[in-house]
Amino acid sequence: MNLTLKVWRQKNANSSGKMVTYKAESISPDMSFLEMLDVVNESLTLKGDEPIHFDHDCREGICGMCSLYINGRPHGPKSAITTCQLHMRSFHDGETITIEPWRAGAFPVIKDLAVDRSAFDRIQQAGGYVSVNTGGVPDANIIPIPKVIADEAFNSATCIGCGACVAACKNASAMLFVSAKVSQLGMLPQGQPERWSRVQAMVAQMDAEGFGSCTNTGACEAECPKGITLINISRMNNDFFSAKLFREEKVHDHSGGSE
Amino acid sequence: MSLDAKIPQGPLAEKWSKHKFNLKLVNPANKRKYDVIVVGTGLAGASAAASLAELGYNVKAFCFQDSPRRAHSIAAQGGINAAKNYQNDGDSVYRLFYDTIKGGDYRAREGNVYRLAEVSVNIIDQCVAQGVPFAREYGGLLDNRSFGGSQVSRTFYARGQTGQQLLLGAYSALNRQIHKGKVKMYTRSEMLDVVTVDGQAKGIITRNLVTGEIDTHTGHAVLLCTGGYGNVFYLSTNAIGSNVTAAWRAHKRGAFFANPCYTQIHPTCIPVTGDHQSKLTLMSESLRNDGRVWAPKTVETAEKLRKKEITAAQVAENDRDYFLERKYPSFGNLVPRDVASRNAKEMVDDGRGVGGSGFAVFLDFADAINRLGQEAVAAKYGNLFDMYYQITDEDPYKQPMRIYPAVHYTMGGLWVDYNLSTNVPGLYALGECNFSDHGANRLGASALMQGLADGYFVIPYTLGDYLASIGPKPVDANHPAFAKTKQDVVDRINSLLALKGTKTVNEYHRDLGHIMWEYCGMARTEEGLTKAKGLIQALRADFWKNALIVGAGDEVNASLERAGRVADFLELGELLVDDALMRKESCGGHFRLESQTEEGEALRNDDVFAFVGAWQYKGDNQPEELHKETLDFEFVHLTQRSYK
Repeated sequence: MNLTLKVWRQKNANSSGKMVTYKAESISPDMSFLEMLDVVNESLTLKGDEPIHFDHDCREGICGMCSLYINGRPHGPKSAITTCQLHMRSFHDGETITIEPWRAGAFPVIKDLAVDRSAFDRIQQAGGYVSVNTGGVPDANIIPIPKVIADEAFNSATCIGCGACVAACKNASAMLFVSAKVSQLGMLPQGQPERWSRVQAMVAQMDAEGFGSCTNTGACEAECPKGITLINISRMNNDFFSAKLFREEKVHDHSGGSE
Repeated sequence: MSLDAKIPQGPLAEKWSKHKFNLKLVNPANKRKYDVIVVGTGLAGASAAASLAELGYNVKAFCFQDSPRRAHSIAAQGGINAAKNYQNDGDSVYRLFYDTIKGGDYRAREGNVYRLAEVSVNIIDQCVAQGVPFAREYGGLLDNRSFGGSQVSRTFYARGQTGQQLLLGAYSALNRQIHKGKVKMYTRSEMLDVVTVDGQAKGIITRNLVTGEIDTHTGHAVLLCTGGYGNVFYLSTNAIGSNVTAAWRAHKRGAFFANPCYTQIHPTCIPVTGDHQSKLTLMSESLRNDGRVWAPKTVETAEKLRKKEITAAQVAENDRDYFLERKYPSFGNLVPRDVASRNAKEMVDDGRGVGGSGFAVFLDFADAINRLGQEAVAAKYGNLFDMYYQITDEDPYKQPMRIYPAVHYTMGGLWVDYNLSTNVPGLYALGECNFSDHGANRLGASALMQGLADGYFVIPYTLGDYLASIGPKPVDANHPAFAKTKQDVVDRINSLLALKGTKTVNEYHRDLGHIMWEYCGMARTEEGLTKAKGLIQALRADFWKNALIVGAGDEVNASLERAGRVADFLELGELLVDDALMRKESCGGHFRLESQTEEGEALRNDDVFAFVGAWQYKGDNQPEELHKETLDFEFVHLTQRSYK
């Protein structure tokens, strides 16, 4: 296959970027999208040019590091996969492919196609855990958890933190990402003691990071490579309003210290 | 130099309890006066960083990825072993210990392995308390499944994403400590050297992968939790970024590297399609619970399959050879990984391989789908089937998977004693980064167990003993060793950036991988290994003349990052080959063609080789010196491993 690529190139966070056109030639349909970029990068390197920078690591759809906006869609044209799982057989010979980084104010570009998603970590740090220390916990089977609840919590827990939901949203909202963790822990018995304070702490941090509001367009759900559903957002809203109306606690420092 | 593993005396079941009592403690008010550096945030690193911070130490944690959650532990699929005996099927701490010693082909320490089995039960409790959503039965209790090398069901799992769920659990514990200010997290930071002062580890040098800045960090102890070195083979199931640099730099500063030739080739991976391939994808061992491995009985049938004249479904039942079930009736498809891999290779060598290239055998689910229904199979393995479909464009519900062995895990690593301390005081190695618990072959679902055992339940005890002995006096960042080591790092980066040859770093890496796989893969010979050694030396010399590295040092530069890692692989590769040459026996993942039984199984030589081979660096391009730690078996009788 021979392809034309239009790629966002940007030296660093402080410089402005632009789209640059490259040819990708003799591409095998069995290559993954990232392997196609590897081939382009090898030829750029041999010419002494700087390779196109992009984030990637596991290349099997689980680490959440790859993050390309391909032809106007996060992780490309297919649903329920990450960019690294996308194969060139999903494109046609002669096609022009546009590749951009995630576009969101809260995800500043680091270089070319790589963005800074540390805002996601800070939201998790604000409360995405059960406050237990190592040791001194009860036997794993002491609290039975109905299978349907455990399975549903698992569905929420499969979020890989890639940020496709934010990139897909016209408001750059992080609601799907935040609600996945709030839901997972909110459904499990182990998450109950901090359920109401957790949702407040995480939402407050989400707002502080500059993510937009949710207007229920559902683009996040449509583009999520792990199939995280909008129900999570409903659950989070439910917990959030419930906490604000009836159970508001001082948003304490979850780690056990004082605010 | 003698290697003292510091295994406590006494009965197996009392060693760890007794040892814990004998270890010195740091009083709670003094803990905050100590700084601990943790490099890597996978299962071992994240669990260690969180647990040590909970105790009150100041932790600085480092990862090269953009978030600690991305460490490659996240990709582990199948499960985690624990001797809970929830299934009432005869499991016990002793059985898990015994299975692990035997699975490792009697090349691991009894004391370490028993402790691992002992704390395995605590790990499951810890993870459940964190909100890890393990698979459950309808009664609400935890579910288990079976894995290779064992006849009980002791593997806890979370669909095919167990590593992800366990890592996110450890990541959440780490996040809590970051929020509390007890862990300072450095992301996109790569450790490039360890600083030793008077023979003790006192800090590290890192490169900020965004700005290119070279930074110095001090600590009373340094914990390396940096994973394995499987990417020395270029193609492996490891993440692209997985590398040996931290461990290798420590090795060059004095830490011994043990058993590098013990590499695990996982039997069930998706076969290679072409030269463009950047990594291989594992299909979890759990699939062998329900999938049946087979190859055609005859070369003629295989030939027709390769040419696509017939499909797998058209091969009649009695034209199929379910070779694992045939040769190993009691373990069947669930033999350990090394055995399953070698048998697949035998089929291919015999001309009975399938797929376009002939480098594959089948893993067939037709029976399971008939027996359980497609829905039940999907519930167990759905995400793995989807992953397979994405990569191959073939539907495993309709036709058997094609699988072939690929490099997956490395049992070798930095030598550590019972306290997880390397021979350099203050420098520790946890998880896959060390060599300690799996012997010559790791059983499935034991890597997650070991990573978390080291981080949650071993290092929090053993580190205190060392810290108490050195006292809380702050580390002097002005000691000349810091400036000197930093300058060494800067010089090395500059010499890499000065390489303006004609061959890309990726090409060197791929060439190295070809050499390693060809001569030091699933079957090794004196002749092949000797040849490989020469080839690696020549490739390394060529790299330092003719490699092409673009870009500058003071910016994001993936080309430079890759170059440093590949340069280290080019050195490690030779040591791996040396170790394989030295070990003139077959054991576990190390198979020397010269040493096999009449039936083609690995033949150990316990009289000569029942030792840990720990290598000491003696200078660039100098032969390394071998130190032997004798393995004493007090409790287990050494036998020829049999899974028949």
